Amino acid sequence: MSRALQSIGRSAIGWLLPALLLVGWEIASRAGVISANVLPAPSAVGAAFWKLLLSGELLENIRISTLRALSGFAVGGAIGFGLGLANGLSALSRGLTDTTIQMIRNIPHLALIPLVILWFGIDEEAKLFLVALGVFFPIYINTLLGIQGVDPQLVEMGRIYGMSRSQLFVRVILPGALPSIFVGLRYALGIMWLTLIVAETISASSGLGYMAMQAREFLLIDVVVLSILIYALLGKLADTLARYLERLCLQWHPAFQNA
Amino acid sequence: MTAATITARQSFTETTARATVTAQERKIAFSFRNVTKRFGDKTVLQGVDLDVHDGQFVAVIGKSGCGKSTLLRLLAGLDKPTSGELVHADETKDQKRTRIMFQEPRLLPWARVGANVDVGLTGIAKGVEVRKKSLDILAEVGLADRSEEWPSVLSGGQRQRVALARALVGHPSILALDEPLGALDALTRIEMQQLLERIWLSKKFTAVLVTHDVAEAVALADRVVVIDSGRIALDLPIPVERPRRHASPELAFFERQILDQLYKQKTP
Repeated sequence: MSRALQSIGRSAIGWLLPALLLVGWEIASRAGVISANVLPAPSAVGAAFWKLLLSGELLENIRISTLRALSGFAVGGAIGFGLGLANGLSALSRGLTDTTIQMIRNIPHLALIPLVILWFGIDEEAKLFLVALGVFFPIYINTLLGIQGVDPQLVEMGRIYGMSRSQLFVRVILPGALPSIFVGLRYALGIMWLTLIVAETISASSGLGYMAMQAREFLLIDVVVLSILIYALLGKLADTLARYLERLCLQWHPAFQNA
Repeated sequence: MTAATITARQSFTETTARATVTAQERKIAFSFRNVTKRFGDKTVLQGVDLDVHDGQFVAVIGKSGCGKSTLLRLLAGLDKPTSGELVHADETKDQKRTRIMFQEPRLLPWARVGANVDVGLTGIAKGVEVRKKSLDILAEVGLADRSEEWPSVLSGGQRQRVALARALVGHPSILALDEPLGALDALTRIEMQQLLERIWLSKKFTAVLVTHDVAEAVALADRVVVIDSGRIALDLPIPVERPRRHASPELAFFERQILDQLYKQKTP
């Protein structure tokens, strides 16, 4: 019982600072320290949230953005994971592709926005392409690192005990690479939102980024602030999900056993 | 007290029976025939000839870098000899199995203890049978109640016992041990030696133990082979009855002989 309370207490402590900030912000706004033209009070942002929620506009935009983010993530993540595996397992594949990938990696993917608009216009493909490209690298690099970091003594052990290549992969190599793959996953989720928001503010006709840009045109600062807060929450949500998955898959890891 | 006497008598009878069988049949488990192994231009083993009988416990001893681990890796099929050949007596598909146990337990950290033992049955057994065999062998090494634990919560000695269970679960005919107790503390090491001896007596496999601990070698082995600069420098039978007592005068006598051989070259 007291242990359950303790664990609630531990997770609640992280929310203490945001809540205090919010209260301080509200007080400062009411006292007139912060002008409403610069930063509206949290209550005003709350009101905007409620209005947009009732009109259905907010949920629709969140839905569209989430869908874009996830499909881009699925495409980029799958390619990154696949290539990471291939290059981790085969020296030939690595020799063939790694140099190219490292060159492309050094181009900031957001610098491609003008080119992407020329190629795809402002349709869905443009956003999908950018998100996929952004997500690809952290997943690729960490999958590759994870596989290269698998303890060779364990691989030798697996061979001695007569594991086939596929058994070796499923029972030794993949689980050994998993901690590193999860690091890549969490990085990628952050980049996923970042890329999508930038892409949507520049070229879109729907979605959260578009909503924020429209609100700026009409000087609706409360909606702009609301969008920013929603990004923060979505990012936190994605990270929490990833951590939950990590905890589930890495139960064996000493770092996850003290809970 | 009675129980202890009975156990002692049992292992005594077994040893006598074993000695008779060895004397009668002298069936060979494996032979090294003029085996040489080079890595680049460095010769690690030079013309090694060694016949080991079925069920024999051989200890291989030598200073570090003398080639004893290489000998074991050749035996386990992890390396191939540069010249000469290694002949296994039992070429039938199930009997040919040689298992090797290393200084590190090499357990899969992401598999529970039971699943780690299951690895030893890869390609040998399937399904329910695997679980049953694994639990049986875990009971033999005294870890019956730990099969659902993660390896990370076990102590060093317990992990090495899991590794031993994994090596033995497939009933190997030869067990190669590459300093498996080297990283354990002195007391755990003695416990593990007793466990190893007990299991070897009951399972009747051929054991080849590489070690740098002379006391361990004479306590466990029927025969001690000393390797020096890639050659067999001494091949010494240890005809002491089991169970043996640590640091008994008989063992000390053999220990002295081996140490003399090892240090002869150092101070000419």
